[in-house]
Amino acid sequence: MGNPEVRPSLPVVGGTGTAGAVAKQPDGSRVFLTTKLEKLLDAARKNSLWPLPFGTACCAIEFMSFMMSHYDISRFGAEVVRFSPRQSDLLIVAGTVTDKMAPVMVRIYEQMAEPKYVISMGVCACTGGFYRAYHVVQGIDEFIPVDVYVPGCPPTPEALLQGVVKLQEMISNGETRYQRALAAKRASQAQAGG
Amino acid sequence: MANREERLAAIRRAFPEGSGVVELAGGDMQTLRVDRQALPALARHLKDDPALDFKLLLDVCGVDYPGREERFEVVYHLTSLEHGHRVRLKVPVRENDPVVPSVYGVWRAADWFEREAFDMFGIRFEGHPNLKRILCHPAFQGHPLRKDYDPGQRWLLREGEQEEPAWAKEAQEDEDHFETQVLNLGPSHPATHGTLRTVVRLNGEVITKAETEIGYLHRCFEKMAETHTWNQVIPYTDRLNYCSAMMNGVGYALAVEKMLGVEAPPRAQVIRLILSELSRVMDHIVDVGANLNDVGAMTPFLYMYQGREELYSVLEACCGSRLTMSYVRIGGLSSDTPPDFEDSVRYLLKRIPKLIGDMETLITENRIFRGRTEGVGAISAEDAVDWGWTGPCLRATGVAYDVRKAHPYLGYETYDFKVPVAHAGDTYARYLVRVEEMKQSLRIVEQALERLQPGPIITDNHNVALPPKEDVYTEMESLIWHFKLIMEGMKVPVGESYGYTEAANGELGYYIVSDGGGHPYRIKVRPPCFAIFQAFPHILEGHMVADTVAIMSSLNIIAGELDR
Repeated sequence: MGNPEVRPSLPVVGGTGTAGAVAKQPDGSRVFLTTKLEKLLDAARKNSLWPLPFGTACCAIEFMSFMMSHYDISRFGAEVVRFSPRQSDLLIVAGTVTDKMAPVMVRIYEQMAEPKYVISMGVCACTGGFYRAYHVVQGIDEFIPVDVYVPGCPPTPEALLQGVVKLQEMISNGETRYQRALAAKRASQAQAGG
Repeated sequence: MANREERLAAIRRAFPEGSGVVELAGGDMQTLRVDRQALPALARHLKDDPALDFKLLLDVCGVDYPGREERFEVVYHLTSLEHGHRVRLKVPVRENDPVVPSVYGVWRAADWFEREAFDMFGIRFEGHPNLKRILCHPAFQGHPLRKDYDPGQRWLLREGEQEEPAWAKEAQEDEDHFETQVLNLGPSHPATHGTLRTVVRLNGEVITKAETEIGYLHRCFEKMAETHTWNQVIPYTDRLNYCSAMMNGVGYALAVEKMLGVEAPPRAQVIRLILSELSRVMDHIVDVGANLNDVGAMTPFLYMYQGREELYSVLEACCGSRLTMSYVRIGGLSSDTPPDFEDSVRYLLKRIPKLIGDMETLITENRIFRGRTEGVGAISAEDAVDWGWTGPCLRATGVAYDVRKAHPYLGYETYDFKVPVAHAGDTYARYLVRVEEMKQSLRIVEQALERLQPGPIITDNHNVALPPKEDVYTEMESLIWHFKLIMEGMKVPVGESYGYTEAANGELGYYIVSDGGGHPYRIKVRPPCFAIFQAFPHILEGHMVADTVAIMSSLNIIAGELDR
């Protein structure tokens, strides 16, 4: 890298210090900072989440507020909502999931391509909430893995925004369930190989 | 409106004493105990006799009394739009032979209500065309609203066991020997707004048969209500029609207050009315906006949603919650409004009409929108009444039935407002009715603001409402009231009542049975969109597949209220 005073003038990706960027020498010539491909991809992924709103109940109405101009999730790069699981990587389960709905939710989760993340919005999705009842799933993590739980009945749009930001942090730190499972798999392969 | 004796005489002409029809004394409305053998003929008579004219079947539900010899009771609520009177029928049945003749042949509205009673209690309706579970999933065992069913007992559904209409599995050819196609819409589908499922058979692009599957959001409201105290039920009511949560709570509180014989203080009543009408506007914003969104017009939804956000902030200032407010208490309200309440509502009265105007300029005469909605999903007034429709969807067919005018509550009779009516009964008519209703609601709010006087916001009857906190700390008597209410809960006198209000979707009824204890014995909600949605598959036949989307969102089906 040569000159230690080089500072990236055009950060392509956010400031973790390990990501790749094009930098300029004081004389104007260019150098490259290097990074792992994985880090670069994670940075791209976290800044362009494509949510699939699995809205079932009241939380779906607050999800609308979260999308609309007042709260405006597009400030965080996640406004492109897709209803097809094949085109999205973030499943937001907004609302109560019943036993009748659970197989549908599992199927949609399985249809999503990897890497995929899950936000559980509202206490019903997190724990069943105050519906401790014969037809209500007591937390969607009975059926699918969850990365971020957003409590509230329903959560305010701010809370959901924070949930999305939290997920972005987790992606860049490699803490999501998908990333951890991948890391564990590689570690065991390396052990077996070495 | 004929009185009780005249109605009984009209019934006695066909059913003299000893023919299985007995009038029960007292009650909040005329109640008849009917033997099941007499039910089909009585139903026909009640509907066809011009002096009775019970054309609208509001509700069918079961009640479980395990101690009685005849364990189950099937309860019917009927009303006459012509005369305005109401009647309740009760048909007792034994546990070992729980069979009642179906009244589907008399009122088609009985279709889903009877299926629900079968699902919840195991009461079989003889002659019903499609008697199977409706809210619970097909792998469910037992009948959850029976008193001996454990509220927490779940049954898991596997993917292969999901409900599939029998006709959908059969291959079918049209007259040119082309195979027709079965298409599944929902329950997770961008245009179903929640959890509704419709299976359609297509011939080309025309729907030849359709069936609707609901229950994907069945959250056991009625069972939960039985395990909570009277005031604890209020948060659950908020989550029925969550687009306009306030109105559900008001309806419930009015029904319980009627049984208790208490009344909320004037200030609480006016605030309830103001917030109910603002909630109606909020509800119609979501419905009209979603309808436009589904036919391809995103912009008006963004405009209107800004108004909804501003409405939210007023509600949030009152009670701390934006959507599910839990602001109502039995006997009044949980807290007083903030000091700037009147100013912020006055601001909304200027702001919302402007947004409605913007939307109308874009949409009302828009050729594309009219082309997509005029003549689409039309239903006649007779059919709508037969299916049990109420609310804006019924008024779009030309029937001017509005509970606020027909049976006023909260002092609606003293306000100057009009009930908008359209005649085509199609999707466009429903849009027009809703837009006009928003304007009328704002008129009511404007008048109500003038009447808002300072005063208490909850009743001083301490059998019902907690005494003020400072009195609890200083007075022995208040402390005792407080202790009793917290430890034992409020006691509602033994009896039953059907309370009904005009919610955003139509008549929202609460049939409440109390055994005198601290918990409701049975609460049955009569959700307006349940009756509306059961006609949906029948409306669809003959329409294009793209029309399903326009029709469904114009009916404003809210899954929370539909499935409870």
